[in-house]
Amino acid sequence: MNSLGPGSEIDGFRLGEMIHAGSMASIYRLTGRDGPLPLIIKIPRLGGGERAVNVIAFEVCRMVLGALAQGPHHPTLVAFGDVETTPYLVMEHVEGVRLNDWVQRAPVAPEEIARLGAALALALHDLHRQDVVHLDLKPTNVLYRASGEAVLIDFGLAHHSHFPDLLAEELRFPVGNWVYMAPEQVLGVRCDPRSDIYALGGILYELATGRLPFGSPRSLGQLRQRLYRDPVPPRALVASTPAWLQEIILNCLEIDARNRYASAAELAFDLANPTEVALSEHASRNRRAAWRTLVRRWLAARRFEPAPCPPPSTRIGPAPIVLVALGPAQSDESLFEALRDAAQRLIAADDRYRIACVTAVPPAAALSGERYEDTATGRHIKHLVNLRRWAKPLQLPEERLTYHVLESEKPAAALIDYAKMNDVDQILMGAPRSGAPVRLFPGVSAQVMAEAPCSVTVVRPRSES
Amino acid sequence: MKLALFADIHSNLEAITACLAHDQALGADRYAFLGDLVGYGADPVAVLDLIEQHAANGAVVVLGNHDAAALGHPDDTLNSNARTAIAWTQAQIGAKQRAFLTGLPLIVRDENILFVHASAAAPEQWIYVTSLTEAEESIRAGNAGYIFSGHVHEQKLYYMGASGRPMPFRPVPGTPIPTGKHRRWLAIVGSAGQPRDRSNKACYALADFERGRLTFFRVPYDHEFAAQKVRSAGLPDRLARRLERGA
Repeated sequence: MNSLGPGSEIDGFRLGEMIHAGSMASIYRLTGRDGPLPLIIKIPRLGGGERAVNVIAFEVCRMVLGALAQGPHHPTLVAFGDVETTPYLVMEHVEGVRLNDWVQRAPVAPEEIARLGAALALALHDLHRQDVVHLDLKPTNVLYRASGEAVLIDFGLAHHSHFPDLLAEELRFPVGNWVYMAPEQVLGVRCDPRSDIYALGGILYELATGRLPFGSPRSLGQLRQRLYRDPVPPRALVASTPAWLQEIILNCLEIDARNRYASAAELAFDLANPTEVALSEHASRNRRAAWRTLVRRWLAARRFEPAPCPPPSTRIGPAPIVLVALGPAQSDESLFEALRDAAQRLIAADDRYRIACVTAVPPAAALSGERYEDTATGRHIKHLVNLRRWAKPLQLPEERLTYHVLESEKPAAALIDYAKMNDVDQILMGAPRSGAPVRLFPGVSAQVMAEAPCSVTVVRPRSES
Repeated sequence: MKLALFADIHSNLEAITACLAHDQALGADRYAFLGDLVGYGADPVAVLDLIEQHAANGAVVVLGNHDAAALGHPDDTLNSNARTAIAWTQAQIGAKQRAFLTGLPLIVRDENILFVHASAAAPEQWIYVTSLTEAEESIRAGNAGYIFSGHVHEQKLYYMGASGRPMPFRPVPGTPIPTGKHRRWLAIVGSAGQPRDRSNKACYALADFERGRLTFFRVPYDHEFAAQKVRSAGLPDRLARRLERGA
């Protein structure tokens, strides 16, 4: 296997230029093939002197990639060879920019971090929904397509709850990149999707500060400090870090997985809507925990009992965001009330639901009006006031409500995009009024129903007869 | 070769018929019956005749503890309902069925594959493989790439890791698991005729050796009819309820 090089042939695949030579595998381009996808071949390093984990990582990668539904967030697996004779994986060559390129330029602007982070969180959520936890998230394992979508490229250490975890047995040392590894992973837990959220928090920290949250541990002892130590808050290192970004990062890096974001979809939502992030103690923290806290946490860490592994997709549940699409001001009050009743019933049914109040309006020219309420800012505020007025009787706590004014010539498309970007679970919207002589946006609800990525409930007030 | 594996059928004709129809649709061409063909259920004669037919066509069949009890071997581990059912079974079966049961081996080895009802470590002791220690003993004693067994009614897959300890896995029904020849596997295929994990669907497994995959299945069947027959036969009501509830 070691004599392979450009020009060699495996099962009819001709190797081209070598593009990666890692400790676990070598990657070559494939040449002489015309197909819809540019392809690469990944060949694990096996044989004398190589680590046993390489074989297992190959098997795991094949199993996980083979089981994932085709999608934009991972390379498509095209062919593979038998692990006993000629192990290889042929897959899509993803053209894109590595997250590592941004990390090397850190600190990166907060808006850029939010964009990169939100795309990565959505990619993770896609994975978690299919019962896969990545467990080896690092800047060299993430690519961004030209469309902005994030692609996860190495699944050699992943956990898929439908398959035996071949790596669990090899855990004399925690496998994976120690720099971004979650505390529960240090203890051998390989089934918690929130471990990926922790690693993403570590990457966001690095993008924001240019530093690693916990340095590069060289021994198991140093690695275990993660069970009780918290990182220096980003704002103490880079003063210009916005409060919302620190809030998000420190939430991801919580030691106890139960204190982190419950799902990557929630994290994606916060990154996509920074102004809506509810700020807590995380945002204002300016130093690491005091020694007394550390002693308490250190003692707690000694008693840590890993929980048994349920499938990740059942744990993260449906993404609990409900988009309520409200018409612009002066819409009829009975429809507002009907939508509020519908929202109220959902909130009562499940206390995890969050409500995103959204109105889609045509864009206003910046200097369009003479009076204040006709200017772009004035109109924007008027819409926000309208949304808040609608939501107030729901009496929901602040962190379960967000408000968004989407300016677009195409309101239906704007709502659909919003639902996709934020992994909305359900859309509530008003029905076009029957018998109304003029509809403001003809066909919006029809288009949303046809194209939305989730359930759509069209609400109609009872007619007063 | 696609090998369909059934265990703990327990005289449940409806369950085994549904499983056989299921695996035929998937192209099964070989069969193994991993013991406990009788006991508990209401159709010992029909079930034994069906399996004997498969055996005549080359199917592997091994003896289970309920089968041994039906032949008159005393078994202290059986509870009173099981003993009642065995006594009833002995009255139902004739010389033909008894002769078939008498001829069954405890263990069958086919090259790299081992078939046994309970643990390969001591097949005649009917050890329940419910912990890693018992799984390891069975794997070591069996000394085969694949050990297929039953006795424990829940589906479970153990695989031997590089560390020399077996790892347990609870299979997801319908999801093919790559089971390469370079590892050692112990598959407990689950009970076809008396599932006990709060699901009343019949268990079986299908091994596809060409593609190196093992799939565990749960098959719905007419459990109400099977339960009704248990009651009509005058067998303990608890045995009918088990089929209805899967518990």
